[in-house]
Amino acid sequence: MSSAVSHLKGLDYSVVQQCMHCGLCLPTCPTYDATKMERHSPRGRISLMRAIADGRLEVTHAFADEMYFCLGCLACMSACPAGVNYAELFEHARAEAECSGVLKSPRRNLIRAVAIRWLFMDLSHLRLAGRVIRLYQQLGLQTLLRRSGVLKLLPKRLQELESITPDIQPRFSAQLIAPVTPASGRKKYRVAMLTGCAQDLIFSDVNRDTVEVLARNGCEVVTPPRQLCCGSLHAHNGEWGMAQELARQQIEQFPPDQFDAIISNAGGCGSHLKHYHKLLADDPAYRERAVLWDKKVKDIHEWLMEIGIQPPAGPAPAQVVTYHESCHLAHGQKITAQPRQLLSLIPNLKLVELPESTWCCGSAGIYNIVQPDMANQLLDRKLKHIQSTGASIVANGNSGCLLQLINGAKQKGLNLRVAHPVTLLAEAYRNARGRR
Amino acid sequence: MSLPQQTLSELRRLLGAANVLTEKEDLIPYSFDGTAALQQMPGCVVFARTREEVVGVLQLANRTRAAVVTRGSGTGLSGGSLPSPDCIVLCLAKMDRIVELDRANLTLLAEAGATTQAIADATSAAGLFYPPDPGSMKISTIGGNVAENSGGLRGLKYGVTRNYVMGLEVVLPDGEVLWTGNKCVKDVAGYSLRDLFIGSEGTLGVITRVLLKLIPKPAAKKTLVATFARMDQAAQTVSDIIAAQIIPCTLEFLDRTTIHCVEDFAKVGLPLDCEALLLMETDGHPGPVNEEAARMEEIARKNAAVDVRVARDDAEATRLATARRSAFSALARVSPTTILEDATVPRSELAGMIRFVAAVAAKYKLRVGTFGHMGDGNLHPTFLTDERNHDEMHRVEEAFKEIFDEAIRLGGTITGEHGIGVSKKSFLPKFAGDAQMRVMRELRRALDPNGILNPGKMFDP
Repeated sequence: MSSAVSHLKGLDYSVVQQCMHCGLCLPTCPTYDATKMERHSPRGRISLMRAIADGRLEVTHAFADEMYFCLGCLACMSACPAGVNYAELFEHARAEAECSGVLKSPRRNLIRAVAIRWLFMDLSHLRLAGRVIRLYQQLGLQTLLRRSGVLKLLPKRLQELESITPDIQPRFSAQLIAPVTPASGRKKYRVAMLTGCAQDLIFSDVNRDTVEVLARNGCEVVTPPRQLCCGSLHAHNGEWGMAQELARQQIEQFPPDQFDAIISNAGGCGSHLKHYHKLLADDPAYRERAVLWDKKVKDIHEWLMEIGIQPPAGPAPAQVVTYHESCHLAHGQKITAQPRQLLSLIPNLKLVELPESTWCCGSAGIYNIVQPDMANQLLDRKLKHIQSTGASIVANGNSGCLLQLINGAKQKGLNLRVAHPVTLLAEAYRNARGRR
Repeated sequence: MSLPQQTLSELRRLLGAANVLTEKEDLIPYSFDGTAALQQMPGCVVFARTREEVVGVLQLANRTRAAVVTRGSGTGLSGGSLPSPDCIVLCLAKMDRIVELDRANLTLLAEAGATTQAIADATSAAGLFYPPDPGSMKISTIGGNVAENSGGLRGLKYGVTRNYVMGLEVVLPDGEVLWTGNKCVKDVAGYSLRDLFIGSEGTLGVITRVLLKLIPKPAAKKTLVATFARMDQAAQTVSDIIAAQIIPCTLEFLDRTTIHCVEDFAKVGLPLDCEALLLMETDGHPGPVNEEAARMEEIARKNAAVDVRVARDDAEATRLATARRSAFSALARVSPTTILEDATVPRSELAGMIRFVAAVAAKYKLRVGTFGHMGDGNLHPTFLTDERNHDEMHRVEEAFKEIFDEAIRLGGTITGEHGIGVSKKSFLPKFAGDAQMRVMRELRRALDPNGILNPGKMFDP
């Protein structure tokens, strides 16, 4: 038996008890929808957590597996009239699973040590890895290896991973964005720009576009070159302590009282970034600053619509776009109207609603890597809906989803552009200035 | 006494191993339904996908005297699908096909596990209308709706599930398959067995297919929200509307506590500074709809409504109805345990009954949120409590006893739409009387001589 503190027993019991098992979450849960099994539903998972809190169930391998089968998409939170804080329960349950050690295996331990501890606790390691992958891709090695069939010798999982490895940007955020970008025109706000971890390697162009759009709308943008991971990867994977450490470092790097807003352009990160007060509630040195921090963190769409932006001037090519919602933007942060408003400001861009726009695409952090079967089912469902709209562009505000959709479109050979709304907006501004 | 290994292997052979769950982590999530503070571990959970599989499971259970509790999505509110100890939970959620939509006869045939929402959507897509809309319709199954004879927000004008069931396919406890009813509007051949199975709460047979009556979709509807400073003004408004011979499709009310909880969740702009809120909806042809809406507004104003607001469009009307449907769950925001009942009284007694509920809550020092279907006298007094507080839970029980007694005294019923299950089992004999109890017992014994179906529910043999 592990002597570690039980995270679920330690939770305020009312959080567990809040679920009155009415079942209104069931139709919104992708894993329940796919399996029709209560264990794979929000109320089923909560009943297991409660059984552990009550001492009726030990932390078993099956329990831990179940917690990792959950996408963490939080669609259940939007559906729940009783206001159950599933996000909190789910993070505690995964922490409990990690603490108990039921999932430990040499392979899993190694992967977690490399990914969670080495790569994402110090982003210089991640950037180094990014450079190596970039070299592999640029030197033609990737094409060569893929053509040679040598990759087929790899285990199936590694082959799949190789095939979904994202294209690394030639230049990362720090090479594209100045540490301080002045507002064009009169300075009305001073904001901080969080460049993120994977975002910085794969979507540094989205970061640049974000800064451009902010500056264009009266914001002076502070973008330090060396930044941190927000810690959501750690919190969602049961590493509560590391998540707390990253939160403290973030607050030190961006003292919240010095900015009008702290901007995130990734729905998943933003959802986590807005809850530092929960992470640091027991830390007297950071507690108060964490509360202020949470208030200052703004998703880019939220912030732009709050300050009111200057619409880009026409003309522009006529295009049709549809909008796929990032789960943590829609369900985690309840931001659904603003991205649509932003898109509708772009001249000649017609927004067509996507059926099931708030249904998870299967990306879900690293879910597509650890649960490929369910992730691919969800991706197929999403792509079918996107195709049904007839749109040539799908817009989305989270790096994980963007990658998932890019890979999906590539695999299916679809002629579909996948873009962050802010990129589309930045292009419209550039178009208007005739400097494309 | 758990299920014998042999029964389990037989079930696996019948249904395939993936459709027989026995691990603790799989069973705990099936140890409850939508009812508060009730929990019981089953012996196993099995999924049937065809009628033949249901037949196989029942034959096996009948031979081995194993208890079978049928379950759809487990949203019931009287413990009807709560497992009995070590029973076989027979889950029909995977039997969810809509088999046929007959436009010539205006009927729909569905498997028991089809959700009410799926049926409403399929019907609406064909320009038709299936009115029953229980609060959990997004996930509740049609089989469960029939077994519980579920109501909903439109009961006042359109009636309840029973009024739309034209036929049923039922597997009897010994495995024999029975069809009752057909597509004929008129049919008086023999006893109406169909009506016997409707509302039988899984005690007489397992419903596997349902033939439903559909009606034309109303061309127009109008939704109004009226607010009042006092609950009796709302009650009087309802009485006056009925007395004016207006039968709107919906006349729902929420009290202050419920309004606050619902608004906190749904954010539909409900006014927070009132004691009572009426949600009124009229539907039909545009002319009469406008006329009725205007008269209802006038009646509300005459009864000192603080404000009457008309929903701008369909989308807002849907948001308001959805918000109302969330009332029960939303009340869970303020307390760990929410225990709701559905005592129902003749409409003429409604205002008195609402006052009585408030007085009982005060007497037992309990927090109560009351909402419900004011137009059909179906109240949902909901006590906001904590199941770990044994003293308070005891007071909740005492309070409900008084409320049920009063409902019976006023010529009402102990349950309008949730069923007896286990929650109201002890109140049934008093309500039904000796003669009815005897007939019900004999019927049940005749159909299920070994007592395998949902034992311990509704009444004991």
